[in-house]
Amino acid sequence: MMRAEQTGALRRELIGFAGIVERNIYLIRRFAWWELAWFLYTVANTLTIAFIAKGVEAAGGHIDVNSTTIVLLIGAVLWSYLGLIFEIVTETVAWERWEGTIEYTFMAPISRVSHLFGMGAFAVLYGVLRTALLFIVAAAMLGVTFHDPAFGSAGVVLLVSSVSFIGIGMMTAVLPLISPEKGTQLGFIAQGLLLVVSGVYYPVTVLPDWMQWLSVISPATYTLEGCRKAILHGASVSEVWPDIWPLLVIGVVAVPLGLAVFRRGERFAKQHGRLKRSG
Amino acid sequence: MSGLPAVQVHNLRKEFIRRDGGSRMRGRRRRVPALHGLTFEMRRGECVAILGQNGSGKSTLVRLLSTLLLHDGGSAHVFGVDVFAKPRAVQRMVNRVSVEASFFKRMSPMENLSYSARFYGLGPRETRARIPEILAMVGFPPERSGEPMEDLSRGMQQKIALARALLTAPMLLLLDEPTTGLDPRSKLEVQDFIRRLREEHDSTILLCTHDMAEAEALADRIGILDRGELLCLDTADAIMRRYGADTLEQAFLNATGHSFEDEDGEREAVPA
Repeated sequence: MMRAEQTGALRRELIGFAGIVERNIYLIRRFAWWELAWFLYTVANTLTIAFIAKGVEAAGGHIDVNSTTIVLLIGAVLWSYLGLIFEIVTETVAWERWEGTIEYTFMAPISRVSHLFGMGAFAVLYGVLRTALLFIVAAAMLGVTFHDPAFGSAGVVLLVSSVSFIGIGMMTAVLPLISPEKGTQLGFIAQGLLLVVSGVYYPVTVLPDWMQWLSVISPATYTLEGCRKAILHGASVSEVWPDIWPLLVIGVVAVPLGLAVFRRGERFAKQHGRLKRSG
Repeated sequence: MSGLPAVQVHNLRKEFIRRDGGSRMRGRRRRVPALHGLTFEMRRGECVAILGQNGSGKSTLVRLLSTLLLHDGGSAHVFGVDVFAKPRAVQRMVNRVSVEASFFKRMSPMENLSYSARFYGLGPRETRARIPEILAMVGFPPERSGEPMEDLSRGMQQKIALARALLTAPMLLLLDEPTTGLDPRSKLEVQDFIRRLREEHDSTILLCTHDMAEAEALADRIGILDRGELLCLDTADAIMRRYGADTLEQAFLNATGHSFEDEDGEREAVPA
């Protein structure tokens, strides 16, 4: 009897989880042109950054243009990936507030774990596809050449890092519950702070000491390092393990912490009547 | 479960923090009671209408029963389950239709209904057949089920809101001004549907409304909620007798000392 109940509950949660992914697929389909326009903007943004390497050479600097371009390209592409993960997870609340569906979602019998992981799963699925496409398009336009790249290892690093990013995203997703007007922007601030200490376009060694300390606890540091080692130097999964295990540790901490923060924010919103539409 | 009251609310209290003037830092904060000491019961299969002005606490009551708010005192049970101690169990029994249709506007009725049914554990196999049936029940033209919600009239959108609620077969349906803002024809259609729902499905309905005629036509008993206090809960005839009135409107006026037009304004919640 108990076992049947548990199986039923698990089935309901899995269906709810799939419902979140399904909803986001519908939304992407309905906003397909907007997604295309946003993708073009991201390509332009990525190229703007990656061309800096050629600009330095043109200004008389002596650098390895190809590898510097790849370093910048990886930084820009990962920025875009992280931005997408944060955007989708944070929009969990912000978009629903605007559409007015927030009350219906939060009164539905689906656990917050399934709800937030559904958002996270979709973010990773869509983010990985979009990031791969962005990387291919930008690399082709920049005309960079790769010498024995290990894209598989880079993919593993990206997927492992996604767990930590989802955990941090859960923490920022709660912000629109607390501040309907400015919560989403605060999420972007968190993303910016994370990247500035993580060596997005430069080695973390150029940072002041206190920022270098922060880079140790940022998952983006290990993601950037691992992806660069894999793509530039063809590092295998075992060779990027020193970057993978810290990501696993951060993920193990970030996800429960993210859930706890979100639950606390939800409780605050329910206590103060914030769980309602704003559009 | 059949012997249990559908809804049991005892001494239920909810307060919000209101800030008076000034900036966020300087504004004076005070606690404003939205509901104080609400007590009532509903039988299974009963339709109870709650009449009240804006800010009287109707929506607060609905949001408390649908687990969207935490209470400050008292208790609420739905079919014997504590709303605040076991919200997940209550969520499985309750659904709601509010004044705003509240959908992803770019998505179609089919898409909106499909994903929201998943949150209640209904898989694609179950919804594939069930959604067209429910759309037919609410009188929604099937050929429009793929159009974006934003292209549908308010009346159509509200029918989809009813369909969304029914899809999950709720034991308790909370209707928060479901016909406000609808044109007369749509309003009659929605009211007719609520009537049929009661006759055919034995649903328990809590209807919060501004509309006295609607309350009188649909409800078994009517409650008058004024500034967070439930002044009475009885049949329309008994209420009119109690307040020495010939009409429900007059009874409302006599009970509260003011008419529906003297609105007190919504009690907005701000952070503590």
